[in-house]
Amino acid sequence: MDFVFLYETFVTLISAIPTTLQLAATSVAMGTVLALGLALCRLSGIAPLDWFARAYIFVFRGTPLLVQIFLIYYGLSQFRGVRRSMFWFILRDPYWCAIIALMLCTAAYSAEIIRGGLLSVPHGQVEAGRACGMSRFLVFRRIVMPLAIRQSLPAYSNEIISMVKATSLASIITIMEVTGVAAKLISETYRAIEVFIVAGAIYLAINFVLARIVVLIEYRLSPHLRQAPSLQPVAAGEMK
Amino acid sequence: MTAMTSTTTPAIEVRGLRKSFGPVEVLKGIDLTAHEGEVISILGSSGSGKSTMLRCINMLETPDAGDISVAGEKISLKRDAKGYGRIVDRRQVERIRSELGMVFQSFNLWSHKTVIENIIEAPIHVQKRPKADVIAEAEALLEKVGIADKRNHYPSHLSGGQQQRAAIARALAMRPKVMLFDEPTSALDPELVGEVLRVMRSLADEGRTMLVVTHEMGFARDVSSRVIFLHQGAIEEQGSPEEMFTNAQSERFRKFISA
Repeated sequence: MDFVFLYETFVTLISAIPTTLQLAATSVAMGTVLALGLALCRLSGIAPLDWFARAYIFVFRGTPLLVQIFLIYYGLSQFRGVRRSMFWFILRDPYWCAIIALMLCTAAYSAEIIRGGLLSVPHGQVEAGRACGMSRFLVFRRIVMPLAIRQSLPAYSNEIISMVKATSLASIITIMEVTGVAAKLISETYRAIEVFIVAGAIYLAINFVLARIVVLIEYRLSPHLRQAPSLQPVAAGEMK
Repeated sequence: MTAMTSTTTPAIEVRGLRKSFGPVEVLKGIDLTAHEGEVISILGSSGSGKSTMLRCINMLETPDAGDISVAGEKISLKRDAKGYGRIVDRRQVERIRSELGMVFQSFNLWSHKTVIENIIEAPIHVQKRPKADVIAEAEALLEKVGIADKRNHYPSHLSGGQQQRAAIARALAMRPKVMLFDEPTSALDPELVGEVLRVMRSLADEGRTMLVVTHEMGFARDVSSRVIFLHQGAIEEQGSPEEMFTNAQSERFRKFISA
């Protein structure tokens, strides 16, 4: 093993980590908002909204992300109307095309996760809120959403991790995130194994940290699912 | 007693209440007046409509026909094309609900909030009362229902009886005009029923207006000022506990209490 080369590769790739993180964070954040909207459409009981959300999820979950990226980056620019529209300054930029594609895709998956979380909230707790005179919005904000988030987190961490990995596809449309920089290094050095091992290790490290953060958040948000404070082993230890 | 209170506005007045679930008519025209300070026990076999009746009073179920007034204010209802009842003014219903304390069979405490958080939630966010006052009052209520030491516990860490007492404290924290109890002891282990009934009895002794759907004959006989017997969606008989338990006209009710 050429450790000097591995180290140099690592230092080069580190500079691309912020781009990878930005792509993932922006698309997950925007995708979550869209997903919440889609989940609410699904649960609205209003047929057109429900069908729109179903169709959206069907299309974006059923087609490859790479195809979606190509369609948005290469496909949309074929239309003169798009090139002349006010959105062209965004749609001509590969960085934003990647974010839009990632966001639209993650929203389809997250919508189903959020819908599951919302459905898991016991009806009795919603009813208790209504019986106290809470408005629908207040019940949603104070009761349903907190419970749904706790329920959705484990599945959501999966989605966040897949998004971090999916950002590597953005390299195909010229974005210099970790995989993009790695591919460029290989074209210069022809040392595919070392470079991709380092790139893989970087994704692994990012996802390790992310998974730990989600576990920590989950722990902080679910004291009610753990043992009662009075039953903790500390009390038993003091008995001796 | 009725002569004394009949001149004042009743706490709750129900006229001609009807409710169907699909083809099943659950309530077939109920009339009920609850005056201030009355404790009314609602008895009846399962499926008689007693829970539905209680849930119609705070609009957890929307009646198909009939009028419901709380402290003299009539809840506005309309009928949709299919003949089902619809709430006209959501704000009005929310305001009236905040004046009615509801206690459920399955407690329905908010599982992500501690006992004290459960109690202060609605007074702070619905009634917009100052937090410090609400907390002080909540602590007094916890003392009263006997679970002050469980202040910071989560519902899942409490026994059923403790959860139900916390739920009663949560309802009381809204300073309700009337307390509605929907089979408050039916989900409890037999040895835990007593502690909840004791709290309810103390509320009755304070002169609170209470509507209690229950299977506890002892409570109905000893605590309530009036007993109502529901059969197949209609009031079959009602009267004071003495009359009802010693000299009921209804054959069905005599059978019901001897069963």
